[in-house]
Amino acid sequence: MDKLDKTISLESDRKTLTGIASGDAGALKALYRDYFPMVLHMVVQNSGTAEEAKDVFQEAVIVLYDRISQGKFELNSKLKTYLYAVCRRLWLKQLGGYERTFQDVTHYEETIPVEDDLAVHEEKDQQMALMELALNQLGEPCRSIIQEFYVMGRSMQEICEKFGYTNADNAKNQKYKCLQRLKKIYFTANNNENE
Amino acid sequence: MNRISDQEFMFLADKYLRNELDGRERSDFKAYCAANPDRADQLRTHQLFLEQLKAHVDRKAVKQTLAAIANEYPADEKPEVKRETTLATLWNKYKINSLIAASVAIVAVFSTLWLSGYYKTIETTTSNYSALRRDMNTVKRNVSAQNAVINSINSEQRKGNKSESHFGATGFLVSANGYVVTNYHVVKDADSVHLQNIAGEAFRAEVLYIDPANDLALLHISDSTYRPLKSAPYTFKESTSAIGEEVFTIGFPRDDMVYGQGYLSSLTGYAGDTTAYQISIPVNPGNSGGPVLDSRGNVIGIISGKQNGLDGASFAIKTEALLKSISAIPQDSLSDKLLISKKNSLHGLARTEQIRRVQDYVYMVKVF
Repeated sequence: MDKLDKTISLESDRKTLTGIASGDAGALKALYRDYFPMVLHMVVQNSGTAEEAKDVFQEAVIVLYDRISQGKFELNSKLKTYLYAVCRRLWLKQLGGYERTFQDVTHYEETIPVEDDLAVHEEKDQQMALMELALNQLGEPCRSIIQEFYVMGRSMQEICEKFGYTNADNAKNQKYKCLQRLKKIYFTANNNENE
Repeated sequence: MNRISDQEFMFLADKYLRNELDGRERSDFKAYCAANPDRADQLRTHQLFLEQLKAHVDRKAVKQTLAAIANEYPADEKPEVKRETTLATLWNKYKINSLIAASVAIVAVFSTLWLSGYYKTIETTTSNYSALRRDMNTVKRNVSAQNAVINSINSEQRKGNKSESHFGATGFLVSANGYVVTNYHVVKDADSVHLQNIAGEAFRAEVLYIDPANDLALLHISDSTYRPLKSAPYTFKESTSAIGEEVFTIGFPRDDMVYGQGYLSSLTGYAGDTTAYQISIPVNPGNSGGPVLDSRGNVIGIISGKQNGLDGASFAIKTEALLKSISAIPQDSLSDKLLISKKNSLHGLARTEQIRRVQDYVYMVKVF
């Protein structure tokens, strides 16, 4: 591959990355179409199933996503190479580190160190699990109110109508209580985790 | 700005973060935060928490999208790669090694064969074989061309005589006035032909007539020093002799005359050639062209060759063929009349006496 081709392919990879960062379904689909067969092959060749391959691939994409949303991701190699390296690492971990019997389908001349990325991913995974836990404990309708207001950016007026509050003040009070409760659950869990 | 309740603060904070405060309210809020560090902390925590929450929701959304895509992806589609057996795995792993080993083995085998001279042996064998085949084909085309497939007795150079002559063979007089018969293969490609009698006298001779089909040649002694002998003591027997007939020959396989004795073993020659006999007399290169006589002194044939690798199988051209060949020569072209001896003076004599009488009529043919 000459320099120009490389530049072009890196350029298209960057576009894909932007798509992933915004959670664009098209970009994710393209990612799946382009790189999943390679991962499937790798996993199946090494005593895995198609289902496991899917799991590994999804997790790898999330690793990539985490890395991008952290804002520190520098694409130094081809996206394909990066994804393969991550998937390989993940699958090895799942296999329990029997690296001896592992055979690479594609031997990339450069092995990309992905340990850092995986560490970031794990940390994030933990945080997210906590948040998920907290949200689940919060229960309805608090959960929905919080999401509508803080994530989707709806106004109090809309929430009022949607959830059938008689006036905006009631809704505001409810929202405040919900948020406080969520924070309490989350930070308690977080502290427990840290201790 | 007075101290406000937590709820009021959070309400303002949300508005601040969503950019819903107008210019004055905004600066007021900022000033309030600056004045109350605990509020500022609260604001930062709140902001971080909201980011976390957002990130979580986004991430979850991405995950769900991915899962949806994965579900779309044909799950039941068996991956084209079948699970490889241990053997296949090993093969993949050591493919290169085994290929290299195989190459090395091949190179080693062939170079060893080459170094040990195996190919030379093959070459020799093949060439022997093909030569034989070619000879056979020649025979098929022309059975009479037996000289092509049998080991020409004269064709080997006699090592000690290199300076004297190229080829040596035998010939004998058919007519006392200087007509000598020998094999065609003897005089073929000859520059000059010389005849030497038992006394050591040499005469120049010219090739008068050749009959390649019967492997016969007629020479004439053209030397002025030649004094015609009295007529030959032997006669020519035109009829076919019987198997088991005792025969003998005189020839020059070396510089001195050699006598050989045997019997007629077959009425046909090489490959069923009916113009020749098979006789059982040990003959050697140089015997070619020698007369084959029976015990009564009749010439029944002329030694012409022997078969390779077959012991005691010598061939002699029948007298019948010789006489036919001679009679084909136009008499006008001959300076002296060709007189075939009709009188046999050997009958009933002891073998030693027969040889003594015949030897003067037998010549060593030297071809240069």
